[in-house]
Order: sequence, then C-alpha cells, then structure tokens
Amino acid sequence: MAREVTRETAEAVARRSYGKLVAFLAARTRDVAGAEDALSDAFAAALVDWPASGIPESPEAWLMAVARRRMIDAARRRRSQTDAAGHLQLMQEEIEAVAARETPIPDDRLLLMFACAHPAIDPGIRAPMILQTVLGFDAATIASAFLVSPATMGQRLVRAKSKIRQAGIPFRLPERADLRERLAAVLGAIYAAFSEGWSDPDGTEVRRRSLAEEGIWLGRLVVSALPEEPEALGLLALMLHAEARRGARRDARGEYVPLAEQDPQLWNTQLIEEAEALLLRAIRMGAVGRYQLEAAVQSAHVVRRLTGQSDWAAIERLYDALAAIIDSPVVAINRAIAIAQTRGPAAGLAALDALADDARLTDYQPYWAARAGLLARTGERAAAAEAYERAIGLEADPAVRRFLQQRRAELHGGAVS
Amino acid sequence: MKYLLLIYANEAGMASASQESVGQMLAAYGAYTEAVKKAGAYVGSNRLRPTSSGTTVRVANGKTEVLDGPYAETKEQLGGYYMIDVPDLDAALSWAARCPGASHGTIEVRPIWTM
Repeated sequence: MAREVTRETAEAVARRSYGKLVAFLAARTRDVAGAEDALSDAFAAALVDWPASGIPESPEAWLMAVARRRMIDAARRRRSQTDAAGHLQLMQEEIEAVAARETPIPDDRLLLMFACAHPAIDPGIRAPMILQTVLGFDAATIASAFLVSPATMGQRLVRAKSKIRQAGIPFRLPERADLRERLAAVLGAIYAAFSEGWSDPDGTEVRRRSLAEEGIWLGRLVVSALPEEPEALGLLALMLHAEARRGARRDARGEYVPLAEQDPQLWNTQLIEEAEALLLRAIRMGAVGRYQLEAAVQSAHVVRRLTGQSDWAAIERLYDALAAIIDSPVVAINRAIAIAQTRGPAAGLAALDALADDARLTDYQPYWAARAGLLARTGERAAAAEAYERAIGLEADPAVRRFLQQRRAELHGGAVS
Repeated sequence: MKYLLLIYANEAGMASASQESVGQMLAAYGAYTEAVKKAGAYVGSNRLRPTSSGTTVRVANGKTEVLDGPYAETKEQLGGYYMIDVPDLDAALSWAARCPGASHGTIEVRPIWTM
C-alpha cells in the first residue's frame, strides 16, 4: 500500500515539475536530451528509493540532486570526445546551489520554449519539441497527434535537440528587437499543439484532448511571463473561446453540429468571460495581430448568446483585416462565408470564385463545403451536390462526413431554404 | 563559441559587376571586418579566388586523382569566410546578417567542432 502511494506521489511530482526541471538543467548546459535522460533516471531512482526511505521533504530538490549527479557522470564520460567540459564548469555552481537547496529552482520553461522555437530550428519540429521537453509527452504520443510514425518523430526530435546544443542556441528571452518575431514562433507552436487537440471534438481520444488543455496551460505560462504582449493575450483568448464551445460541437447522438446551429446554452460562460477580458486587455495595448483578430471573430460569434445573432458585419471586417496580414486559405474562405451573410450567397460565391486559382484549395475540405452550402442557397442544386461530393471525399472525421452527406441528401429532398 | 561564417555568392555575377560596385563592396567588407575586430569577436577571415582557380584532389585505391575545378557545381560558390568567437548562435546570426555577403549571396553559419 505504501508503495502505491509513493509511486503515485513520484508520478505526480514528475508531471508537475518535469518541464521545470528539464528547463533548468537544459538552460545551463544546452543539453536538452541529456537533461531529459538525467531526469528520467532520477524518477526511476525515486520509485525505487522512496518506498524504502520515505518521500523526501522536497521531492523536487531530491530529483534535482540525483539528476545533477547523472548529468555530471554523463558529461565526464563524454569529456574526451566533446566540448562538454566548458559547459559543465559553467553550470556547476548554480546547479550545486539549487541541489543544496540554498536557492529555489528558477522557472526557465519559457526560455526552453524560446530555444525550441528558435528560427534556426525546423518550423515543423518546434511544437513537437515544446510538447516533449516542457510537458514531458513521449515521442509516440506526439507522433500520433501529428500523424507521423514514432520512428520519424523520434529521429527529428533527436536531431533538433542536438542542433540546440551543437549550434549554441541560447536559453534566454530574445532581444527587444527580436522578441515579437520570436514570440510569434512560440505562440505558433502553442497554437499548433492546441489545434491538434481541438481536432478531436469528442475528446474521446485522451491524448488529443489533453493536447488542447496543455496548449491552454502553455498559453497561460506565456501570458504570466509576458503580460504586456498583446498577441500572447490574444492567443490565450482565442484558445479559451474555442474550448468554451467544446461541449456544443456534438449533439447527444455524437453528430457534428456546425457553429451556426450550436446551442449557446451549451457554451462555457466562465471560459468565454475570461477570453473576453483577455481580449479587451490585449486590444487596449494598441498593437493588433492575427491572434487578437481571430479571438475577436470568436467574440463576434458569441454575441449570439445575448442577441441571438452573430455580428456578421464585424466578422467580415475582421476577416478583411486578417486577410491583409496572413495569406491563409482558411481566412479567405471564412471571409467569403461572412460576405454571404452580410451581402447574400451570390456575393459570397463571387468571393470564393476569386480564390479558385489557389492550388492549395483543390484538396481542402472547408472550401468545398463552403461552396456547396452557398450553391445550395442560390438554388444551384447540381453544382451544390457536386461540391458536397468533393467535400465528403476529402473529410476524415466520420461525424462531419455524415453531416455533409445529410446536407447533400437534403438537396434532393427539396428541403433547402 | 567559435563559428565559421561561410560566404556563398554567384561568382559570375561578381565577375561582371562594375568597377564601382566592386569598389563599394570591398569597402563594405573592410568596414565589416573592422567592426568584428572592435567587438572582440574576430578570429580570422579570408577571401577565396574563384572556383575556376580551384583543384580537386582525391586518393582512391592508393592512386591520387587530381581534377581541375571545384568539388561540386553549384549556383552559388564559396567565396570567403569569417571565423568569429561569440557567446551563442544569436550573436553569430546577427554578425552573419551584417556581413555584406548576406546581401549579395548567402551566409552559412557553422559551429566549430572543438576537439
């Protein structure tokens, strides 16, 4: 029984402090993989030691002391063949002080995130590396979320970590001049993690669900460290708005419910209010960016709680502004949908037609679904059916597929308004 | 940490450049070298003669092969380098961006493998 308790305690400590301890060690050695190895050894040692000797007064400091010894041993073994000796010298004093509990363990997780999202790191591996190093996700979990094989993901992570060490990527907040640009990469990685989790609307896949939660947690971490950065606030607001609607995205039978047909009663009021407050704070800082604009779009949708109607005129203007700063087919399609609401389906279709040359849209489900919906509203049933067919063929989520099939069937039944 | 900044640029473009723009570029390199030295980051630098003056040597099965020309044909050629000593990659990248070669070609930043 005692063994059970300590094992759980060890694991709870692991989850709570993993990223913090990795960040602390890695920031002083630039050796991310070495820090992870040392910590996983320390956790294994804790699971053996604590049941016999009891849980130490400060489990975090205990783990730190073991991890520090492991890192020093590993560095000694490598010393003959690499340049680790210099770094080891550097890190020694501060790590000693922390291990001896003379000073508290500083929280360097944000610095670790900036290192992982450095422009010298391949953009595609930044979010996965943040998930692994800051949150302790294993390569297999990350691989399944990003739809690549565990072996490939593992190799890319190893390569990126050795790039940090060998290329001398710093663990510090970027210079003022670079901060906004670098922060954009960190925010992009967090949003990628969140979106991966968001793409499983049922939350049935625990791994993905927790990706969305962890994305929000990272967003909060950035906001607490950089409270004056409006885009960090904007991203957190955007994620909270999306999360607030999680419960409304499926009906009782598990069928897909599009935003326009969701019951606002099912939205999480507390999350929406927090998001609105964050967005207001961000906008007052007077430096608009994509996340603030996207959060503002969500905000214009949730006014439906009060007025019964999304503020489509505002949404159209916001998408105009977004289209001016990012070249994204998603934005262009949503802009066309907003135009259809403000100026009628024919105007919306004309806006979609203007995108027809974009090769990225050929295999893009939302383009065909939007097209189909607008064609149905203008009464062009044959063309609408064809567009639904394309959308159905491109959709991976069975619930969304059923929804599109249903809409297509309604075309023939004449049930289109 | 020591880094090598490898300057790749189109030799043909350089060869056909006007006297005046070559003069301007050399002056820019002179000022850059001076700035690196004043910052205490300078280890060494050199300009290389064009690849047409290069010779490739390889020993296979105990036999030495000597070939005229560069190791590989590329659109941009290695034309020179700086070696600098700075605290981290960000400092190296900011020196690389200031190098005149970054505006007329490409700089590859490589950390030195300390033995």
